Amino acid sequence: MLNRKEAPLKHPVADIHLVEPKSLQLENGLKIFVFYAEEQELLKAEFIFQNVFSSPENPLLNTCLSSMLKEGTNTRTSAQIAEEIDFYGGYLIPEYSYDQTALTMYILTKHLPAVLPIVHDVLTDSIIPESELQTFTRNNKQSLQVSLRKNEYVARRFFYRNLFGETRYGITPTEEAYDNLRREDLQALYRAQIQPQNCTLILSGDVTDEVLAQVEQLFGKNWINQGEIPSGLNPLLPEFQPQQFIEERTDAMQSAIRLGMPFINRKNPDFPAVQFVNTLFGGYFGSRLMRNIREDKGYTYSIGSAIASLRHTGFLTIASEVGVDVTQATLDEIQKEFQLLRTEPAPLEEVELVKNYMLGAILGSLESIFSHADKFKAVYFSNLDLSYYTRYNQTIREMTPERVQAVAQQYFDYDKLLRVVVGKV
Amino acid sequence: MINYQKFTLDNGLRVIVHEDHTTAMACLNILYDVGARDESPDKTGFAHLFEHLMFGGSVNIPNYDTPLQEVGGENNAFTSNDITNYYITLPSTNLETAFWLESDRMLNLAFSEQSLEIQRQVVCEEFKQRYLNQPYGDVWLRLRPLAYKVHPYRWATIGKELKHIEEATMEDVKAFFKRHYAPNHAIMVVAGDVHLEEVKQLSQKWFGDIPKGEDYVRNLPKEPKQTEARREEVWADVPVNSIYIAFHGPDRLHTDYPVVDLISDILSRGSSSRLYRALVKEQPLFSEVNAYVMGSIDDNLFVIEGKPLPQVSLTDAEKALWQQLELLKKELVAEKELQKVKNKIESTMMFAELSNLDKAMNLAFYEALGDADLYNQEVDRYLQVSAPHIQSIAQEIFRQENSSTLIYHAKEQQDVE
Repeated sequence: MLNRKEAPLKHPVADIHLVEPKSLQLENGLKIFVFYAEEQELLKAEFIFQNVFSSPENPLLNTCLSSMLKEGTNTRTSAQIAEEIDFYGGYLIPEYSYDQTALTMYILTKHLPAVLPIVHDVLTDSIIPESELQTFTRNNKQSLQVSLRKNEYVARRFFYRNLFGETRYGITPTEEAYDNLRREDLQALYRAQIQPQNCTLILSGDVTDEVLAQVEQLFGKNWINQGEIPSGLNPLLPEFQPQQFIEERTDAMQSAIRLGMPFINRKNPDFPAVQFVNTLFGGYFGSRLMRNIREDKGYTYSIGSAIASLRHTGFLTIASEVGVDVTQATLDEIQKEFQLLRTEPAPLEEVELVKNYMLGAILGSLESIFSHADKFKAVYFSNLDLSYYTRYNQTIREMTPERVQAVAQQYFDYDKLLRVVVGKV
Repeated sequence: MINYQKFTLDNGLRVIVHEDHTTAMACLNILYDVGARDESPDKTGFAHLFEHLMFGGSVNIPNYDTPLQEVGGENNAFTSNDITNYYITLPSTNLETAFWLESDRMLNLAFSEQSLEIQRQVVCEEFKQRYLNQPYGDVWLRLRPLAYKVHPYRWATIGKELKHIEEATMEDVKAFFKRHYAPNHAIMVVAGDVHLEEVKQLSQKWFGDIPKGEDYVRNLPKEPKQTEARREEVWADVPVNSIYIAFHGPDRLHTDYPVVDLISDILSRGSSSRLYRALVKEQPLFSEVNAYVMGSIDDNLFVIEGKPLPQVSLTDAEKALWQQLELLKKELVAEKELQKVKNKIESTMMFAELSNLDKAMNLAFYEALGDADLYNQEVDRYLQVSAPHIQSIAQEIFRQENSSTLIYHAKEQQDVE
């Protein structure tokens, strides 16, 4: 007779094995990393550039440049570029993050020879047409108006501004900032930033010798540096002051809550341990915040905490949208959870559970060759190498209730948080 | 092309196995053939609320999530108007834990009053977060009942109103479970680093003795043919005007479905698409514009929507959308343009095959449609579509008397009309 009350035997979760890329550097300074997978009919090519800022920093210029890259060259209009890429079933996606701008091509390998010259054209000869810039400005101003009606978005803006001030990490767009975008500034930024010596190319998938030869042909000899990369100054991050900020929205049904503080990033050896504590606290469905505030109290559909690693800093953030009548109660419960995390060692079963959950999650995050490339990217841009993941897994496996408490006492302090509420308290 | 094996247990549970040993993970996906369309009009939102309750403990296992997380697994679920789908991913060495958990909640739930009480609140907060406390959040609460008068697609998955969720009782929960959560109403897909024989043995062991449920005869009222244009205009607290036009279209298995889907691609897939080129870039009337098919199993809606720029009147904006539809009725789509959207379908299908979970969900969904093999035939159905076929379907669908138009007027904005 089947005993349904008893769980099947648990097997330990294995460590991950990551693919080491083949790396090469071309004469123009372009660094290439290749993640090769046989029998993969798809290919991903990511051209990643470190963002260049001048003083005062204006990250909107970088965001805009990323959107404008494929909006026209001397020989192709925006429409032609879109038409050619779409015809081959490809996706050419500009991606912007705080520290890097990327242009990513997803394509069936058989169509790569046809689309690579378009990518080359975009990276070497974009003209950023005035009319396209106007379209960008017009549309983004309108979507900003919509975003500003979302409490969650308003809370996020205030949060970043207070954590990171007038820097690339703190500035969020305004209508005026969109109006002040100038084509000349974008062209200058294009020349300074979109250069081979500032570029890392990550190729993953069926990267055959023919593919590499075409890449070297197009992006080696036929891609020339425009001049030195402006020596980037570090962002002048403001002195952080914990405080509470409440924006009343009389008609709100829910309040957007956002708490957080500047934090360590991946370069700090404590980062994996801190990630462990964050996961236990608010980083997965079974976390303390979810269990208490959603599953026990029913105050919200979702609550979570996360740690972001940036090039020059990092941050911890806790976010939720809760009924207006339980906003204060939610803040009180979050405070209690912080307190508990610091004053009592976590139960051993909870620590073991989070260990297995995290080891399973990292194993599951490796799905195709593309995810191997993603893992590499995350550490590469923090000036680390793949051995980071060995240390990461080891740290996770060695966590104890005492270590969780020690990390909590060092890093997780409710009194040090910025607390933003948009809605009603 | 996905390889798979299929077998059925005596109690009617259909099992599909897809082996992919390039991963160390396994995925167990269970689709229950029940969605919001199976709800009664005075108890809407129930299928979705029920999905939440499936995580509130089962007859032999008080807590669903914890034992799964202990073996390195993750899970989630979603409900649509047609189906309810639950999935687990976990290291393949612990596959049996997924069988243990899923079979117990198919066998019977714990039916905890506390869980019902909490999840009613959670779902009400979800309702507010997604549908009420967002600009344009209530689009589907308005557009569905405008377009459907009879078919249960006239309400959204979340339900018609908060009250229906607040009033759900344990009696309702039990009846719903009995009616819909039985092996003969479910499709299980096990994918990833698994072996057919192992899956057969585990399926028999954990699911084999779950009793078959009563047959459920789905007898939904068919939406009568729409005969005159419908229109709803609201003055809402939104910053920007917005237009939505919905047309009735074919069901998911109809031969015309791929045609309608390709029409939406021609209009709005990618930055070379017609609407984006014509109405955002060349003749800038909109800040954003979009067209799509809902993808529902019964008779579909084709929707075209956009937000006009500040100085553009709603009348002109609406006219411009219609002009694009008229063009499809008047002129044949060029071969190259048609080839382009077909190529995109092909490459998108290939990218979807990178994910085991996506493959598992797709196999389950197509099996629910009638046969998992439809998944492998899907690309061909699209490749066979011709330009004249597109034209004739456009002529059939894009008619005023087949349309339901919803307009949001931004409250503060001075209308130029």
